Amino acid sequence: MWDNCGMARSQQSLEKALSDIPPLREEFEKDLRVLGSAETLNQSLEKAGRVTDFFELAELLVRDALHREESCGGHFRVEHQTEDGEALRDDEHFAYAAAWEHRADGDPVLHKEPLEFKYVHLAQRSYK
Amino acid sequence: MSEDALHITVNVWRQANPDEAGRMVTYDVPNLNPDMSFLEMLDVLNDRLLIDGEEPIAFEHDCREGICGSCGMMINGQAHGPERGTATCQLHMRKFRDGDVINVEPFRAAAFPVVKDLVVNRSALDRIVEAGGYITVTPGSAQDANLTLVPKPVADAAFDAAACIQCGACVAACPNGAGQLFASAKVSHLNLLPQGQPERYSRVEAMVDTMEEYFGSCTNHAECEAACPKSISIDYIALMNRDYLKAKIKNRRLASQVP
Repeated sequence: MWDNCGMARSQQSLEKALSDIPPLREEFEKDLRVLGSAETLNQSLEKAGRVTDFFELAELLVRDALHREESCGGHFRVEHQTEDGEALRDDEHFAYAAAWEHRADGDPVLHKEPLEFKYVHLAQRSYK
Repeated sequence: MSEDALHITVNVWRQANPDEAGRMVTYDVPNLNPDMSFLEMLDVLNDRLLIDGEEPIAFEHDCREGICGSCGMMINGQAHGPERGTATCQLHMRKFRDGDVINVEPFRAAAFPVVKDLVVNRSALDRIVEAGGYITVTPGSAQDANLTLVPKPVADAAFDAAACIQCGACVAACPNGAGQLFASAKVSHLNLLPQGQPERYSRVEAMVDTMEEYFGSCTNHAECEAACPKSISIDYIALMNRDYLKAKIKNRRLASQVP
């Protein structure tokens, strides 16, 4: 995630992350030692559950970053930058919050929640 | 490992669940860095237990910098160990000597049933907070910050009480398993401030009454103050008792209008 879905990400790096995560996740699920039982408090099981969640979240994060073909806030796609190297948004196509629906079987489904600005309108911020 | 590495033995309380009997189990823990915290020593031991196929020792921890109140255990019979004014996470192995045998047990109190190993259920403390640990404010825009002035000594006293991290060491250290230091800290940090005045007397009555449902009685041993990782003074118990006495008069039916 640090290398391929970090502060600067590209289509290439994100696709690599998306192909790297499932084998890691499979290895974690198959080669895992959790001692104790599920009947009592089990801190090892809690930790294992958290790591499983992180795998799921990581994959979704990469999927969303790959889908969002613009740079915006902490999401900097190297393909989308101004001449000065600043984030280049694409408000025409991506002015929405992406809500991904979990599907037990298959890929998550994207629901778009449009961002509407009534009083303060979208503009390009410049720190220069 | 460096020359000053510690080699210690720990006797740890192992208890599978609240219903089964527990027992002390001895573990040899060599090659410890003296700069480790006590919890890191347990981490190292747990890593080895995991490899050996023995279930790791359950203990609570979160911030590991003495502010969350999660960790807490009896170390050689003392809540949070021998160091004054620190939580277990802030106790370092350099406070022990090579070859030491250290007894590690959960907090012991009737109000704190053991969940597993060193983990106890401290919900009884939450019951006290629920009973009165709140203030009433009018919603809407916040008032000017300087409208309600608080004298510095009062603000300091309230802050010292608010330093309580709800770890329960005071209860574990008390021979009676009393919750007075905890309850008094929670009562006082609100009762001292102007914002806490509307519920001042109903708060102290509700919190003390709830405390007495779960905890033992205070007999002024002051072990709580000695064990408190935030060194909260038993002066707050006096403050709470004074307010409680007043509340018993003020909260009486028909007498509530008497100033």
